[in-house]
Amino acid sequence: MRRTARGIAVLASATLALSVAACGGEEKAAEEQPAVDPASLTAELTWWDTSDPKNEGPAFQELIAKFNQTYPNVKINHQSVPFGEAQNKFKTAAQAKTGAPDILRAEVAWVPEFASLGHLYALDGSELLADESDFLETPLASNKYDGKTYGVPQVTDSLALMYNKELLSQAGISAPPKTWAELKTAAQTIKEKTDAEGVYLNPAGYFLLPFMYGEGGDLVDAANKKIVINSEQNAAGLAIAKDLIDSGAAAKPSANDAYGTMMTLFKEKKVAMIINGPWEVNNVKQAPDFGGLENLGIAPVPGGSVKAGGPVGGHNYVIWSGMPQEKVDAAVAFVKFMSSAESQAFLSEKLGLLPTRTSAYDLDAVKNNATVAAFQPVVEAGVGRPWIPEAGQFFGPLDQMATEVLIQNKDPKAALDTVAKKYKAEVVPSYEN
Amino acid sequence: MTTVTADPAPPTPPSGRSARPSRLRRSWEKHWYAWAMVLPVVIVLAVLIFYPLVRGIWISLTNLTEANQAAEICTRSITGGEVCAENPNKWEFIGLDNYVNVLSGNVGDFWQWTAITLIWTLGCVVFHYGLGLGLAVMLNRPMWGRGLYRVLLVLPWAVPAFVSAFAWKFIFNERFGLANSLLTSLGIDPVDWFANQWTSLFTAIVTNIWLGVPFMMVALLGGMQTIPGELYEAAEIDGASAWQRFRNITLPGLRPVSMTVILLGTIWTFNMFPIIFLVTEGQPAGETEILVTGAFRAAFEGIRNYSLASTYGVLILSILLVFSMFYRRALRKQGEVW
Repeated sequence: MRRTARGIAVLASATLALSVAACGGEEKAAEEQPAVDPASLTAELTWWDTSDPKNEGPAFQELIAKFNQTYPNVKINHQSVPFGEAQNKFKTAAQAKTGAPDILRAEVAWVPEFASLGHLYALDGSELLADESDFLETPLASNKYDGKTYGVPQVTDSLALMYNKELLSQAGISAPPKTWAELKTAAQTIKEKTDAEGVYLNPAGYFLLPFMYGEGGDLVDAANKKIVINSEQNAAGLAIAKDLIDSGAAAKPSANDAYGTMMTLFKEKKVAMIINGPWEVNNVKQAPDFGGLENLGIAPVPGGSVKAGGPVGGHNYVIWSGMPQEKVDAAVAFVKFMSSAESQAFLSEKLGLLPTRTSAYDLDAVKNNATVAAFQPVVEAGVGRPWIPEAGQFFGPLDQMATEVLIQNKDPKAALDTVAKKYKAEVVPSYEN
Repeated sequence: MTTVTADPAPPTPPSGRSARPSRLRRSWEKHWYAWAMVLPVVIVLAVLIFYPLVRGIWISLTNLTEANQAAEICTRSITGGEVCAENPNKWEFIGLDNYVNVLSGNVGDFWQWTAITLIWTLGCVVFHYGLGLGLAVMLNRPMWGRGLYRVLLVLPWAVPAFVSAFAWKFIFNERFGLANSLLTSLGIDPVDWFANQWTSLFTAIVTNIWLGVPFMMVALLGGMQTIPGELYEAAEIDGASAWQRFRNITLPGLRPVSMTVILLGTIWTFNMFPIIFLVTEGQPAGETEILVTGAFRAAFEGIRNYSLASTYGVLILSILLVFSMFYRRALRKQGEVW
């Protein structure tokens, strides 16, 4: 009897002690969280930055230096990884469970893919998503997979009509074209009245999306699991693009390295209008002959018969799931700093990148920035892409189709049918055709 | 019947079993050192060649991709904890489906890629060998500055392939390239090199010829130096012309070297990835894709498809195996030991 009583007493006191300790722990954590000394956070984090090391890299370096003023003991290894290689490089390293960066700047389409493979930390319940509603809806949506959020938007972008103000006024055009038909007349006038060509279309799938969206088309209907790429709307949109080239309003694009050609021609004032995104603003600004930002006009992409809109792009911060748990606090602090409204404002001031937080647009640095102001309606008109793990694979067949239609003069509908067949066979076999 | 067959049967196996080990043991006692000597080679071959080969063939019979390779997919939460869920569509054995899909053209453009690969290989190897032979003959006689010429001609080989690929790609750039400005200055219309399948393939072949000739030249020059000079002297005394000397002494003397370098050149060119990948990028619309680049794009863009990649690998290997079999047979007919 006595022994059992003693045993019960011991047990009771032990549970009591444990629960007290647990309570204490909770209390401590709750108290300490805001008051944590930033200097006590010690870690070394690797960040793979896929932005252009020459145009954009220095601004990110400055931002890291600012971060280290508050967190002196968190060392950030800022590694520049070419955008084209980063996706495969990250997957290889993450699968090998070694050599992947703690933090990655992932393109919007990569996040669902990485998340579906289990390569990312789910960020739900962390400080990073505490003010989730402040983020713009469409960019944030790209981070969601299967009900969880795996990243924080860094920048958002969409395609816009970028034009050379000087050339347009030389041709007597006062306002940028609002529809594809207006664009065609404008381009023809420019070609007649100036030495430059009117417009240069990049024959790549992504850059043709505004034409398809304009007629109300899309790639797939993810909600109903249906492939809609070969719709009449898309064919009509492509026919508009094809007509621009056939009629001579648009320059004849090259099949290889068309993007580079497009940018070179635009920077050298040999073409008046292009369709491109905010990531090239800094590049154009620095071009010696272009005439700086004063000469760069930005307008929403021209519309088709249904609407005007470009695809939403951009980049997110994601954290590799192979990063040890003890580095989590430092990683969260870093991503939080980088995605804060102030940091986003700093980036848009320096580089003209578009913030992903509503509150950032209220800050003076953003409000008074002509480039960002010009891009704001562009982003608002942006069309969200299907955020599924396979989304990255849509563009291979689409690029091929773009070359076929715009350079090899194939029939848009037939080319789109081939794409639909490829999507069914290789990309989304479970979807209905 | 059954008893008749059953009765004599039992004694035989034991006797066989007892006879074999003894023979084996005798052989082992006599030749153990030979086994010991070949063992390292066998192990290295097994690890580096046989295991990957067998595994590659096995993977090509499954539907293994990056997404379905794990038995379960675990999601770590930033707040701690990990949720693991069973992979709903785990990879499985699917027999010959991959081969059927690839060969029927359901996935990729296997036959078009094969045709382009053959044209590309033939074009490159013919010019490699022809130009290499010509240069080797020219450099195989005493002349002023021969050492310098040799060094200069070997230079393309020393430049990393991707550097030359980018340089040539820029030369053929439709608006800013050297090739088109040369044509324009000659009064010829500029060519949209990459807009047409054949001109696009032409740019890649020119690049690869430039890259591959030095190897042929060096190899053939080496071969020529093994041909005894007396043969040429004797032929000259007999009044043979330069062409006759070339036909009847140089060419037969070079045969062993030629056969080897042509075989090597064919296999290398067949699998020459960087030139097509970087110079034409498969443009226009994938029409200049060769087997290796097409397989790469099909299998490694987006979610990587290991089983499809293995299928292409096995198919490419089989084509090259068939080729080398015929090649060996042709050589044997000519009395070469290879």
